Amino acid sequence: MYEGMLAETIMLPGHNGEIINAYYARPLGPGPFPGVVLIHHMPGWDELYREFTRKFAHHGYLAISPNIYSRFGHGSPDDISAKVRGSGGVPDVSVVGDIDASARFLKSSPLSNRKVGVFGTCSGGRQAFLVACRTKSFDAAVNCWGGNVVQPKEKLTPAQPVAPIEYTKDLSCPLLGLFGEEDKNPTPENVHQLEEELKKYGKNYEFHMYPGAGHGFFYYPSVAYRPEAAVDGWKKMFTFFEKYLETSGRGR
Amino acid sequence: MCTGIVETAEVSGSGKGPRGWFKLEHVNVSYDHPNDASFEHALNIDFVNPNEGPSARVAVELSPESARTLVKAILGVLTQAGLPMA
Repeated sequence: MYEGMLAETIMLPGHNGEIINAYYARPLGPGPFPGVVLIHHMPGWDELYREFTRKFAHHGYLAISPNIYSRFGHGSPDDISAKVRGSGGVPDVSVVGDIDASARFLKSSPLSNRKVGVFGTCSGGRQAFLVACRTKSFDAAVNCWGGNVVQPKEKLTPAQPVAPIEYTKDLSCPLLGLFGEEDKNPTPENVHQLEEELKKYGKNYEFHMYPGAGHGFFYYPSVAYRPEAAVDGWKKMFTFFEKYLETSGRGR
Repeated sequence: MCTGIVETAEVSGSGKGPRGWFKLEHVNVSYDHPNDASFEHALNIDFVNPNEGPSARVAVELSPESARTLVKAILGVLTQAGLPMA
């Protein structure tokens, strides 16, 4: 069977119609394909997220990773990430706008099956949950070790004025959560608090807590990498997306 | 940004970045994920000049113990120079 993909940087209108850049990968072929929006982690719009984006395309998805740090300038991911950190973080409002716009971009493609999921790790995990609550654009959401979903009032900031857990009642799609038992943010207690809130509102969710793993256990270039948890986590994620996005299961 | 623990202060002096020396305006000190150091979290120090773009940055990522050692060393040198804490 012929197999191919196209992966490239593109520009698209994001929050408030402002032009942002994104990395877009898609399988070659007539489709229709489901879509996934990938929200990059705190270290920025980096090589790892380009790899993740291509991985989704390999599995038969239209995959887009918007640069949610676009408004902070352009340069090496670590420099931009440092600027964002020093500026108090990327505002939730622009993240929601950019991710929502990315979902619209995918659905507008003639190759789309009109089903779109959202995936994020680290701060992107928090934002995936947030966007799934604040919009109705997604059919499935994956939160990988998103910290600060539970935020005490003293940790709220102008950029992040509301703890995402407060929006749980508005969660608009099934949620998969992957967490590490040794993580300090979110702690297992934070995950439990979120789970209780999801139960309270009768939401469709599936959480997995990996022993021996901390924060960022998919990140193979770092000391946080836990191969067994990562392999299992990817499997669970593709099974989840196949269920809710009507995929062909290609590439497995 | 996962911990969100960051403090910003104004500084004056110079730093040497990838394009040579530049004037420093701010220092951002955070405890968060490092980019390169082999820790889950690190004490990150970024000396920056926002007017010269994101690459005008001198960055270090330290273990908490190293950060404390650095603080002691700086204060020790200032004391030896007759410049104790105000």
